[in-house]
Amino acid sequence: MWSLSKITDTIQNWLNQTFNPTWALIFEMLIVGVCVISLFAILGLILVLMERKVSAWMQIRLGPNRVGPKGMFQSLADTVKLLVKEGLTPGGADKLLFNLAPFVAMIVAMLLMAPIAFAKDFQMWDLNIGVLYVSAISSVSVIGILMAGWASNNKYSLLGAMRSGAQIVSYELSAGLSALAIVVLTGSLSVSDIIYSQADGWWIFKGHIPAIIAFVTFIIAVTAETNRAPFDLAEAESELTAGFHTEYSGMKFALFFLAEYVNVFIVCAIGATLFLGGWMPFHIGNWQGFNHVMDFIPSSIWFFGKTFFLIFVIMWFRWTFPRLRIDQLLNLEWKYLLPISMINLLLITAMAILKWHF
Amino acid sequence: MYRQTEIIKDSSEVSPGGGDLEEGGGAEFVINVGPQHPATHGVLHLVITLNGETIKKVEPHLGFIHRSIEKMCESLTYRQFIYVTSRMDYLSSHINNHGCALCVEKGLQVEIPPRAQVIRVIMDELTRIASHELWWGAMAMDLGAFTPFFHAFRERETINDIMEETCGARLTMNYMVPGGVMADIHPNFQKRVKDFIILFKSKVDEYDELVTGNVIFRNRMKGVGFLSKEDAISYGCTGPTARGSTASCDIRKLYPYEVYDKVEFEEILETGCDSFARYMVRIRELRQSIKIIEQLIDNIPEGDFQAKTKAVLKLPKGEFYSRVETARGEFGVYIVSEGGATPYRIRFRSPGFSNLSALDHMIRGGKIGDLIAAMGTLDLVIPDIDR
Amino acid sequence: MFIVKYIKEVWGAVRSLLKGMRMTGYYFTHHKEIITQQYPDNKAILNLPERFKGEVVMPHNENNEHACTGCTACELACPNGTIKVITKFEIMPDGKKKKAIDKLVYHLELCTMCNLCIIACPTDAIKMAQTFEHSVFDRNQLTKILNNPGSKIREGVE
Repeated sequence: MWSLSKITDTIQNWLNQTFNPTWALIFEMLIVGVCVISLFAILGLILVLMERKVSAWMQIRLGPNRVGPKGMFQSLADTVKLLVKEGLTPGGADKLLFNLAPFVAMIVAMLLMAPIAFAKDFQMWDLNIGVLYVSAISSVSVIGILMAGWASNNKYSLLGAMRSGAQIVSYELSAGLSALAIVVLTGSLSVSDIIYSQADGWWIFKGHIPAIIAFVTFIIAVTAETNRAPFDLAEAESELTAGFHTEYSGMKFALFFLAEYVNVFIVCAIGATLFLGGWMPFHIGNWQGFNHVMDFIPSSIWFFGKTFFLIFVIMWFRWTFPRLRIDQLLNLEWKYLLPISMINLLLITAMAILKWHF
Repeated sequence: MYRQTEIIKDSSEVSPGGGDLEEGGGAEFVINVGPQHPATHGVLHLVITLNGETIKKVEPHLGFIHRSIEKMCESLTYRQFIYVTSRMDYLSSHINNHGCALCVEKGLQVEIPPRAQVIRVIMDELTRIASHELWWGAMAMDLGAFTPFFHAFRERETINDIMEETCGARLTMNYMVPGGVMADIHPNFQKRVKDFIILFKSKVDEYDELVTGNVIFRNRMKGVGFLSKEDAISYGCTGPTARGSTASCDIRKLYPYEVYDKVEFEEILETGCDSFARYMVRIRELRQSIKIIEQLIDNIPEGDFQAKTKAVLKLPKGEFYSRVETARGEFGVYIVSEGGATPYRIRFRSPGFSNLSALDHMIRGGKIGDLIAAMGTLDLVIPDIDR
Repeated sequence: MFIVKYIKEVWGAVRSLLKGMRMTGYYFTHHKEIITQQYPDNKAILNLPERFKGEVVMPHNENNEHACTGCTACELACPNGTIKVITKFEIMPDGKKKKAIDKLVYHLELCTMCNLCIIACPTDAIKMAQTFEHSVFDRNQLTKILNNPGSKIREGVE
């Protein structure tokens, strides 16, 4: 069967035969780098278009339909527009930080790509602390936002950045706790171990109600962590015009925009990996026939299908709900999500010890 | 905070009204909301003083869209000046025109034919629905939910089509003239209004499902922008803003004009005194307006649509005042006549101005998000505040 | 009980959110509800009501005759000075001088479509047209002369 892991194996074998191991490693790194950057760009294009179409249909509109067939090249045209726009730096801004901030946001998003398993045995870096790595790196993204808000010398930007700081720091807790629930069940922090542990069923089904609660808290917390509506207080266009990126224009603005979408993709990929089995096909216990049929669907399709379903859910949130207020946002985390996920973690731990899960 | 101040002092582009930290307080932060801001829906300029996220003071600055409409009206005849008032509260332009026509009719002592009276009331209520629809969508948008805006515009578009067919325009109709209405209703009018009522009744429930019941929305609204009954009265608030604070002020009930004393409807009063109460008043008013239209649409009496008036209207010497209930509150027209063909002095009492003046009082101590929510429920139309 | 109240609160909140999501989900899946009108493409089927106030025009019959007597009622009725009637004296066959319009200048850029001129006109010489695409590159093009060149007043209109 066609699989991505065979392609990577072939490339690696060829490189190792032709060059000495050091050069082969350098070439592999280069190839991976190019792949990540192109995946970054493609994801940006697809997700922007998807968001615009989803919002349009929910708002009884048609959405982009002029550029290309069914408006498919709309986001490409937008990118060209943003590339030729002038990237202004405001007079009173801190030039270094102002220009650095979008790249910080983007690099963090790129780093997060490393431990994600896109298909069976198709992973950039299968490190043994994958989940920890993700939760550690994702907290760096707030630095990009704070830098942008601070360096812009704009009061709206500063307010947006401060909001975002408070928000990301608090929501990291419940995102981490709900991810921890699965780590407890699996007994491993490695992403590939977590996926292989779901070969006989995804954790959301195997873990009874506590797993579902962990899943829901995870989705809410990552929506907040990626600054998406209804938690988009850092941007809040009706309150702070555009929040931390008020002063950005042209490609620097586009990088923030891109980083947001790639972050959404990454958190959804993590969610799919932890709770929905990553690239693992849908298996039910001992139904050999059914499981066999499911195996015929390539693993990459399973992974991207689950991830895009979660992205759609997050977009659905955005186009339905009003925005929270800053104090309500923090209340939701500290009074509801955190206690719930803590008690939930206790339940899951008890379940894991007593082997109540399937 | 240090660096920020230094930078501002270094650069020459210190914006007016904001910039330096106030001496002594240390923790004050002045922000200009507007005149170009997505939540002010126009060119309102609010200078807000913040302590962190908490609002200490709100100072509205007006004058960005001042066109001196009252002075303009003094050089126009009694037939001509009515159209200008459409440009004040452009969302309830019919009702503004109605108020002016009523005042001129009061001076002329003309009897308006019953057909014209009923048509006027139906048009007023349709305008009120259209205005509340736009408010509903825009307010949800202020709170960060974009979808309701488009859903509201769908129904508003239907009303606009009805207006276009009968009055010939969608926003600034200029349909009311002294003595009646400019033209008779279109033959399709009754049927289309009835279709609209059926459509609208099913859609109003959708509004409740999408926004009113939403827990985030309720939390954003409840207890925000508290305005007690006494304060509402002393600030001169009218319309849904005051009725949300249990202050009874519906001109249609208290000083009925046209056929409002013959139709059955209730004056909506809410006891919450907060933004949510004001929101509920408007949502319930939508249903009351539908009720009024339902009673009248089949009972439009036959007859003239316009009373016979002279070619040149001249009001007798004296002072005339009339008031109507627009979608935002009491709209008053005050005309001083010297007996000529143009008014000697004219003055409009617009509801938005007094409602805005209560903003500072109701929002102190709230968060920035509260300011946006409370401002949304005041339903400000800036050209109405700043004539 | 505190716990029961807490759980009820959470459940009620989640339910209200799901209700809203059902609404948007319905519209997401039902594309027949889409109301977008693709404007320049639907020009052919776009029909404006006959009362629509687009711009003031002066209808001429097939003999290039109009009904305007040059009485300036429209000019007086207009609140913005949109209409300017320039009259001339025509020498009639019987040697008498008769007042007639030379030009009826209409400033579309000043017009607010209030319909007062149409009502004021005693001979129904002008009416509202159902056009609405008025944008031009030079505002001089918005100043129009309503009567056709060489047009005359129709017989019998006083």
